[in-house]
Amino acid sequence: MSRRHRWDTDCVMAASTSPPLDLSAALVLAPPTAAEWLVILPVVWCLILGALLVMMRRNVSLHPVIAIVGLAGLVGIDGLLLLEVIRNGPLTMVMGRWLPPFGIAFTADLTGALFALIAALVALAAGVFSIADINDSGRRYGFYPLLMVLMAGVTGAFMTGDVFNLYVWFEVLLISSFGLLVLGSEHEQIDGTVKYGFLNLVATTLFLVATGYLYAVFGTLNMADIARKAEGLRSNAPLMTLAGLYTLAFGMKAAAFPVNFWLPASYHTPRVVVSALFAGLLTKVGIYALIRVMVMLLPVEREELSFVLAIAASLTMIVGVLGALAQSDFRRLLGFLIISGIGSILAGIAVGGPGGIGGAIFYALHSMLVMTALYFASGIAMRLGASASIVTLAGLYRRHVGFAALSLMLCFAVSGLPPFSGFWPKVMLVKAALDIGAWWLAAVLLLAGFLTTIATGRLFLLAYWREQAVAVGETPPLPAATLAPLAALTLLTLVLGLYPEPLLATIQDAAAGLDDPSAYRESVFPGGWPQ
Amino acid sequence: MEAWFALLVGVFFTVAVYLMLSKFIIRVLLGVAVLGNAVNLLIFTGGRLMRGVPPVIADDAQVLAGPAANALPQALILTAIVISFSFFAFLLVLSWRAYDDLETDNTDEMRVAEPVNEPAPPLGY
Repeated sequence: MSRRHRWDTDCVMAASTSPPLDLSAALVLAPPTAAEWLVILPVVWCLILGALLVMMRRNVSLHPVIAIVGLAGLVGIDGLLLLEVIRNGPLTMVMGRWLPPFGIAFTADLTGALFALIAALVALAAGVFSIADINDSGRRYGFYPLLMVLMAGVTGAFMTGDVFNLYVWFEVLLISSFGLLVLGSEHEQIDGTVKYGFLNLVATTLFLVATGYLYAVFGTLNMADIARKAEGLRSNAPLMTLAGLYTLAFGMKAAAFPVNFWLPASYHTPRVVVSALFAGLLTKVGIYALIRVMVMLLPVEREELSFVLAIAASLTMIVGVLGALAQSDFRRLLGFLIISGIGSILAGIAVGGPGGIGGAIFYALHSMLVMTALYFASGIAMRLGASASIVTLAGLYRRHVGFAALSLMLCFAVSGLPPFSGFWPKVMLVKAALDIGAWWLAAVLLLAGFLTTIATGRLFLLAYWREQAVAVGETPPLPAATLAPLAALTLLTLVLGLYPEPLLATIQDAAAGLDDPSAYRESVFPGGWPQ
Repeated sequence: MEAWFALLVGVFFTVAVYLMLSKFIIRVLLGVAVLGNAVNLLIFTGGRLMRGVPPVIADDAQVLAGPAANALPQALILTAIVISFSFFAFLLVLSWRAYDDLETDNTDEMRVAEPVNEPAPPLGY
C-alpha cells in the first residue's frame, strides 16, 4: 500500500504566492499502478469500443467482428482483474486523483469482480449468438454499439465504490437497454418497452430519492465511508427509512414480488439475443446493488428487515414459478423463471451470514449463465419448430437430438438438480435457512425447485418429446453461431456443477468480504481515515 | 425555509403519484417528469438552503467560518436533470410511437405483448 505515499510537496508549490499548499491532503500523488488501471479498464474499454462502433455505422458488416473481439477482450480484462483481486485483495482507483471520500472511487472487490466476469462471459456468448439473430437492419439500428454501452453500464455498476455513481451507471445501462428492447420496432416490442421503460425509470428515480436522503444523512457518497459512518449514526438517523427505500428500488430493478410486473410484460418481445442478455444481466445488477447496499453498508438494517425480505422472497419464488406454470409461450415462461430465481437470491439476502450471502451470490452467478442459455434455447426452438408456443411446438427432439440434450441439461440446471450449477447454491441456501431456524423458508425454496422441475419438465415433454401432429417439413439448418454459445454456457453450467470448489471458495471469500468490509475500507483509505 | 421546501417536495410527490396512477400514458409521462423534479428539489433541500453565503474559505482559515449551502447536491441535481431530461425525451417519442402504432394511449388496452385470452398450456398430449 505504498501508492498513497505522501510527499512533502512544499517544493512543488514554490512558484505560488499563497502559502505553500500540502497537496497530499487532497490528492493521490503517486501515479496509479498497472493493477489499479485494471479497475477502470473494463468500463473504458467498453465505452471506447461503443464509440468506435458508432463511428463505423456505415460499415455494419464489420460490427460483429469488432464487438466479439472486444467482448472477448472484456472477458480477458475481467479475468485478470479477478485474479488480481484474489491475489491481493480489493483494488481501488480514484477519479481525478482526489482522495476519497471526495473523489469518486472505483473499487473492485471479489463480489464485483466475480459478477463482472460472469457478465462479460454472458455478453460474449450473446455477441456470438447475435451473428445469426441480428440482421443488417438491426446492425444499422445500432445493436452492437448499444451492446457495448450496456456492458459499460453493467460493469461500471459492479465496479463503482460511490453510491451516486452507481445511479449513473444504472441510467447508462437503462438507456441502452431501451434501445435494445425496441430494436425492430414491432408492435409487441413497443408495447413491452412502454411498460419496461416507465416502471424502470420509476425504480431508478426511487433509487435517486434514497441516495438524496443518504447524502443528507451521511454527508458522503463513498461506500467505504458510509459503511464506517453508519455505526455512529445508527442511534439517531433514519437509516431504516434508507434501507426500506433501497430495498424497494433495487427490488423493483431485480423484479421481486410485488414490483415484478414489468419483466413478464417485456422480456419476451425483443430479439432473442436481447432477451438473453437482459435475463443474464439486468435483474442481476439490481440484486448486486441490493447485496452491496444492504449487506455491506447497512447490515444491521438488513437484519431488521430480514423477515420482510424473507416474505417477499417466498412470494417472489412462488408467484414466479406459478406464473411459469400458467404460460404457454416459451419466452414468457422463462421470464417467470427469472423472477422465481430472484426470489431464491432474495431468500439468501434475507437469511444473511456467510452461508446465505454466499448462496445468494452463487445463485445469482448461476442464474446469469443458465437463464441466458435458456433464452438461447428458446430462440433455437423457435427456429426449428417455427413457433414460440408450447401448444404448437413439438418434435424438437426428433429434429435435433444434440440441441434437445443441451436443453434438458439446462432444464435440470434451472430446477436446481445435480449435477449442474443450480444444485450447490440451492443446497447452501436451504442449509443457511435451516441453520437460523427458518424451516418455512427452506420449505419454500424446495417447493419452488420442485414446481420449477414440473414447469420445465412439461416444457420438455411438450416441445421436445411430443410427436409432431402435422407433417414435418425439412428441418431448417441451424447456424453454428446459435448452437455454439448455447453449448458453451451449458458446458460451463455442467463444469461448475461437477467441480464447484474453486468458485465456491472464491464466493465464500467474497461473502466474508461483504460481511466484514475492512479489506474494502483499507483499499479505499490506506493508512486510516482522513481527518 | 427547509420546512417549506419539504412541504413543496411533498406536494410534488403527491402530484407525481396521482398522475402516474392514471391509465393514460401521457399523464403517466407528466407524472414521471414531475417526479424527477420532486427528487431534484429533495436533493437541493438536503444540501442546506442558504441565501448569499459563498462557500469560500478565508486565507487564514482552514474551514468555513459559518454554514453555507453544500455545492455537491447541486452537482448531483445537474447530473440528474440531464439524465431525466434525456429519459423524458425518449419516453415521449416512445409514447408517440405507441399511440401511433397501437392506436391507443390507454395502458389497459395495450395488450399486444400480453394478449387477454391466451390458450392455457396443454394438460396432456
